[in-house]
Amino acid sequence: MSQMNLLQAINNALITAMKQDDKVVCFGEDVGHFGGVFRATSNLQESFGRARCFNTPLTEQGIIGFANGLASQGHKAVAEIQFSDYIFPAFDQIVNETAKFRYRSGNEFNVGGLTIRTPYGGGIRGGHYHSQSPEAYFAHTPGLKVVVPRNPHQAKGLLLASIRDDNPVLFFEPKRLYRASVGNVPEEDYELPIGVAEIVREGRDCTVLAWGAQMEVASKAAERAAKEGIECEVIDLRTILPWDVDTVIASVKKTGRLVVTHEAPLTSGFGAEIAATVQEQAFLHLEAPVSRVCGLDVPYPLSHEAEYMPDETKVFEAIHTTMNY
Amino acid sequence: MSKSIHKPGFVLGDALDIPTFKVLKQDGTLYKGAQEPEFDKEMALKLYDDLVFIRVLDERMVGAQRQGRIPFYLASLGEEAASVGSAGALKPQDMIFAQYREQGALRHRGFTVDQFMDQCFSNDRDLGKGRQMPIHYGSKALNYNTISSPLGTQIPQAAGYAYGQKLDGLDACTICYFGEGAASEGDFHAGLNMAAVLKCPTIFLCRNNGYAISTPSAEQFSGDGVASRGIGYGIATLRVDGNDLLAVYAATAAARAYALEHNAPVLIEAMSYRLGAHSTSDDPTGYRSKDEEAQWAKKDPILRYKHWLTQKDWWSDEQEKTLYAEHRANILAAMKAAEKRPVPTIDHLITDVYDEPTPHLRQQLKQLKAHMRKYPEQYPKTSGRLDA
Repeated sequence: MSQMNLLQAINNALITAMKQDDKVVCFGEDVGHFGGVFRATSNLQESFGRARCFNTPLTEQGIIGFANGLASQGHKAVAEIQFSDYIFPAFDQIVNETAKFRYRSGNEFNVGGLTIRTPYGGGIRGGHYHSQSPEAYFAHTPGLKVVVPRNPHQAKGLLLASIRDDNPVLFFEPKRLYRASVGNVPEEDYELPIGVAEIVREGRDCTVLAWGAQMEVASKAAERAAKEGIECEVIDLRTILPWDVDTVIASVKKTGRLVVTHEAPLTSGFGAEIAATVQEQAFLHLEAPVSRVCGLDVPYPLSHEAEYMPDETKVFEAIHTTMNY
Repeated sequence: MSKSIHKPGFVLGDALDIPTFKVLKQDGTLYKGAQEPEFDKEMALKLYDDLVFIRVLDERMVGAQRQGRIPFYLASLGEEAASVGSAGALKPQDMIFAQYREQGALRHRGFTVDQFMDQCFSNDRDLGKGRQMPIHYGSKALNYNTISSPLGTQIPQAAGYAYGQKLDGLDACTICYFGEGAASEGDFHAGLNMAAVLKCPTIFLCRNNGYAISTPSAEQFSGDGVASRGIGYGIATLRVDGNDLLAVYAATAAARAYALEHNAPVLIEAMSYRLGAHSTSDDPTGYRSKDEEAQWAKKDPILRYKHWLTQKDWWSDEQEKTLYAEHRANILAAMKAAEKRPVPTIDHLITDVYDEPTPHLRQQLKQLKAHMRKYPEQYPKTSGRLDA
């Protein structure tokens, strides 16, 4: 075990993957000698050579198009999109190509070796274009897996699993926690399961569901509720697609209440999918409507960031309202 | 280092004056100074067989679409030499990323008449499991990446594939086909630039056939064709007469050698003309004249190549008749067999979305089957085989 922040854990996972399998190749804008604008790919070029860790021209659609080709050839392509706000030029390559590569060819070809790493989320005074959480767009696309880690230990294990998974994975990294989240991370190689949620705090009164950076907020709100005698069960979904319905439903059947929270705007956010599934599968167990604590339906703001964010107070208030429904 | 000037002076768009490489005249004789190809009689006849097969296939399948037997088709009439000639110059281990009008390349690789039919009829033998419209072929065994409809997406993919071949140290390159219309897509710019910067052994072959559906190339770009852009990206570039099989073959052979020797991409712009409609959903009478088509029909690439074969004394009228008759009979028989076959079972609705169906998908299939059992008459193609 060593103390690492989330960036160091990601860097450590990439080094582990590249050491273990020489088919792993990392690339993107500024990821070469410079090591990425956040330094997630530090020292990879020095350790593994320019052929396996390199800069690309500034073209997101080109990066993912190239990555699709490289993965279909049999390499483990780990492509970085510098900010997930800039992933949209690659939307066609991801939605029409990556996601359909195996299906459309009848499994003649696949890009299972592809992992797309990209920092997401707000709380860094980044305004419209350095703060978005676009996971729901991709969760609407069969053929992709969408993974979001909450801390350094999770990040290393989930990234290693994503690189080795035989399906294309979008790996959203909570950039607000890159340096803020520090924890014990095993030096050795390990994987955490994709498609499996984790109950991080048990409780009988109200289920609180989140993923990624929002887990910190959800956990703090649960602690605050505990001081008032409300025992929340906090679940980290960890994988948005395919998501772990069973764990969530079992918890809601136990508590009878669900608060789901994400930074992305409310309307058509992934919380909507969860709320719909929960009312379908746990209707008679619900003591209150499913509550969604999300961003407002506005472009991500700058001066009103604090007000926009589904912060600890808002989640705490929603727990309260749900308990007193 | 760029030299300095001290008065403003523009470099004009046509300054490059890119020539067109030609070997064969329309009468089947060679241009002065042009070289005979490097292939023997056996290869020459194989290439002719590919050309004729594709021409007969296209004619029959357009007919089948008109009869309502398949929903869609897309012919390569007039452009057969560009795909057959280029594929002929490659090695079987070279990867092909096609657009959608390169059935000639696929045929050259050995895709059988049954495989063409099974794909077009979306039946249970289709390698693509009946999931895509007709002409979206693909074959792992033949190194022919499955076609997708979005235009130009294969261009950066071909760069990435070739980069992988280079990393593996293979004696193999990747060829990427696209039209002059697709070259307006962002993926074209992205793909060529990445291939040049990252030194990928990729042959980009643009079939400039004059039209993107109804839009003539004069309304597609104002530079000197697509070739001029290759030079801007720092890519070795060659323009070739796309209706001249011998020139396309020689150009592609040279491109392959260059790509592998230099670990670098090559751009070939093959000048041709789409003699038929864009697809069975298109009607060219709305945007071009019969006269124009007639002018290009005189430059038929198959006829030109046949003249050459005949002058070599490698081909006779008798063989010609037999070849056409054989292909027509084989295609007709395969069509009848393919259209009798069932579509894949409903279980294949959820396979290959992922390497294994997820719990969500299994649940959705289970619900669908329960519904189909209740209303089997609504789903006659598959409801009789729910437990197959």
